[in-house]
Amino acid sequence: MAAPAAESGPCECKSDMASVKAVSSAFPLALRIVAECPVSKARACVLTLPHGSVNTPVFMPVGTQGTMKGITAEQLEQLDCRICLGNTYHLGMRPGPELIEKANGLHGFMNWKRNLLTDSGGFQMVSLVELSEVTEEGVLFRSPYDGKEILLTPEQSVGIQNSLGSDIMMQLDDVVSSTVTGPRVEEAMRRSVRWLDRCISANKNPHRQNLFAIIQGGLNAELRRACLDEMTKRDVPGFAIGGLSGGEEKDDFWKMVTLSTDHLPREKPRYLMGVGYAVDLVVCVALGCDMFDCVFPTRTARFGSALVPWGSLQIKQKQYAKDFQPIDPECECPTCERHSRAYLHALFKSDTAAMHHITIHNISYQLTLMRSVRRSIVEQRFPEFVRSFMRRMFPCGEPYPSWAVEALASVDIALD
Amino acid sequence: MCDSISGFAVNSATCSTCVHVPCTIPLTTLDCTGAMKLELSKVVRGCRLGLLTSIGQTSQHSLEVPGCLLYTRCATVPHLTQDTLHTLHNLPAVTQVTLESLAEHQEILEEFKHGVRKFAGLHDTLLFCTLHDPATTHPAGHVTNKTVSVWGSGGRIELSVAKFMAMQAAIRPDCYESMADGETWQANTSRKRVRKAVERTLSHLDECLELHHKTQELKGSAIFGVVEGGDILEERLRSARETAKRPVAGFVLDGFQSTSMEQELREQLITAVTAELPQEKPRLLRGVGHPDEVIAYVEAGVDLFEGFFPFQVTERGCALCFDYTATPDPETAGTSPPTVLESNGVEPAVEVLKENGEDSPENMSRFEMNLRDTRYRDDFRPLVDGCSCYCCKNHKRAYIHHLLVTNELLAGVLLMLHNTAHYLGFFHALREAVANDRLKDLKSKVLQ
Repeated sequence: MAAPAAESGPCECKSDMASVKAVSSAFPLALRIVAECPVSKARACVLTLPHGSVNTPVFMPVGTQGTMKGITAEQLEQLDCRICLGNTYHLGMRPGPELIEKANGLHGFMNWKRNLLTDSGGFQMVSLVELSEVTEEGVLFRSPYDGKEILLTPEQSVGIQNSLGSDIMMQLDDVVSSTVTGPRVEEAMRRSVRWLDRCISANKNPHRQNLFAIIQGGLNAELRRACLDEMTKRDVPGFAIGGLSGGEEKDDFWKMVTLSTDHLPREKPRYLMGVGYAVDLVVCVALGCDMFDCVFPTRTARFGSALVPWGSLQIKQKQYAKDFQPIDPECECPTCERHSRAYLHALFKSDTAAMHHITIHNISYQLTLMRSVRRSIVEQRFPEFVRSFMRRMFPCGEPYPSWAVEALASVDIALD
Repeated sequence: MCDSISGFAVNSATCSTCVHVPCTIPLTTLDCTGAMKLELSKVVRGCRLGLLTSIGQTSQHSLEVPGCLLYTRCATVPHLTQDTLHTLHNLPAVTQVTLESLAEHQEILEEFKHGVRKFAGLHDTLLFCTLHDPATTHPAGHVTNKTVSVWGSGGRIELSVAKFMAMQAAIRPDCYESMADGETWQANTSRKRVRKAVERTLSHLDECLELHHKTQELKGSAIFGVVEGGDILEERLRSARETAKRPVAGFVLDGFQSTSMEQELREQLITAVTAELPQEKPRLLRGVGHPDEVIAYVEAGVDLFEGFFPFQVTERGCALCFDYTATPDPETAGTSPPTVLESNGVEPAVEVLKENGEDSPENMSRFEMNLRDTRYRDDFRPLVDGCSCYCCKNHKRAYIHHLLVTNELLAGVLLMLHNTAHYLGFFHALREAVANDRLKDLKSKVLQ
């Protein structure tokens, strides 16, 4: 059910009420579209936020507990990271919103001078915590730290995020696994719309903090459409595509993504949640997404997996013990400029710095990939970029994943 | 002993103590000392102030004494990348690498051929290779007449002198200590065992010296001889005298790391040992890191220490906070670099930590504060007021507490940066104090 090419061309979004209203400059956010791919839905923008501008498409690394996994704020800045994530659930538990507020918000607490995005906390509650129960009021769960029952309402989620002071906040949504089907999916979607309204009215800092809506509706196109219709009527500064990247078939995944971008207003940023594999990033940029986040690059780094244009290297494997070249000879990150695969292999046996080296490399890989993607869009050669990226990722006649071929074909990018 | 020698420099290659000794090394091969020179600018009440120059092959570097080496594991300062490490200023010119953490990589280093400095992508630094990692303990009972053992990630690795020297050739340090039987530090070690350790260590040294000359890769690097002898004075003296007869560049005083030895006895033994050693050669004391002990042993004639103490403090979630500001001399005030706690005089951090009580990690010393303690949960001060390390300039105690409580890797990074900075600052203050005859003031500050 590839979308007809005409519908997916640039600048074709419907000028409904929501998008007209969104031109209002009341938000602490501005999106300037720098270039659009004449073939696919890819676009290059500058997103201006309270803590500086961000070039999109952008990958946002995840610093769950107010720290980027052993990397200092200065190192992250030196990688030219302009925006990263914090997790509301974790930070709300420890050290708690009051303390972070005292520290001048999460920016002050972790001493990060650039932009921050926080999630709503809802996803972690459903994925991490047993005994969570969702009612119209909110998400009821038991604290893993002291066993107390806690109710997280849309108002509280936004309240915590107001204390954290993030530049972009996410609405609390009713998250169901993307593999669930039946009436629960619709209930969750409808509830997410109601909760969006409650989040919007709960935001105490609308002039300092942007609140993004999250499109739900599972893998059901009709429900996604309905959610898009409802949510785009609301005056929000940006939209996220949620409820995906949770173990669903890739064939279903990309169709929901492209359906969403088809109906999201052109002048607002689109954030695809939880996506971070290189191929997924490139394909979903082609489908019109601007922002991405994922724990994968930093998590996998700590297990010794270094990302490279042809996949990944498991640096702890014996084959790298005497391999004296850098992770990626073409990479210009601080790790590759100084250290060999062999040294990192050896260091993994004795010190955490080995993890830091690979974390830096992987963040650098993600950010560099997105910068290359963006440059190709600006220079109007994105389709060619996609083709050479895919050739490198799947060399020597290794077949391309069929979902990626189809998804790219749906936006008129043919792979060779 | 109150003599003050200014500009006193002796090239150890020309040192007279190397002659007339019944050691097995022919005098024609006296270049195991490298070109290293120790210029002592001042010797006062046992303390030696000076500059170690022409170390290793490059001779670009010098190391101030009293001083400490930069501690590493697998040639990396724990938790730190080169970027974070170089937020620290005035790093010691000499980095310690341990054979223990490198032994399992011997084959790789041999294939690499360019030594550990290049293998590890290290900065422009000199390398001092010691046998053991001073921050880890080793199971006893694995020493034989011909071998010693180290422990890698895959278990015990037994080293003969030949293997030991092959490792050195692969590591290519600028200085290294000779192979030694250092297992006499345990309480109740018999006289017989101590004697044996001294003999074995001397015979290892002779073998090392012999192989050193045959090893092209070690041309220009210097050997330090290891002084053993447990807690027995005669054995200590014998070990020192015999080692001093060999053409070594310096000395490592081993076996004082035990807590079972009384501090007073240790001081006496170290004083006795250093008195036997030639003035113009550096002495490194193994396994001692507490600031009060450092001062005591500097007074006993020690020049160099291993820099592992900040790492141990980091690993228990603590931050060094002891005061090392000697009362400034009105005449020199403002001319020397400010030390860490000058602006914190009203509220000595040391007092804060005395109240730490039961929550403290077991081995915590009185020189540090336990950042895991809930009192720091909402403490928005830097670890040490006025400290200019990356951690103190950018972060608050509350943040470090949070990182520790949530087991975040950044805790180790930030604490290691601060603790290293603080410890290096202490050594700087120590040298200043010796230079300005204010050691007593520094001592009372540190011991308060």
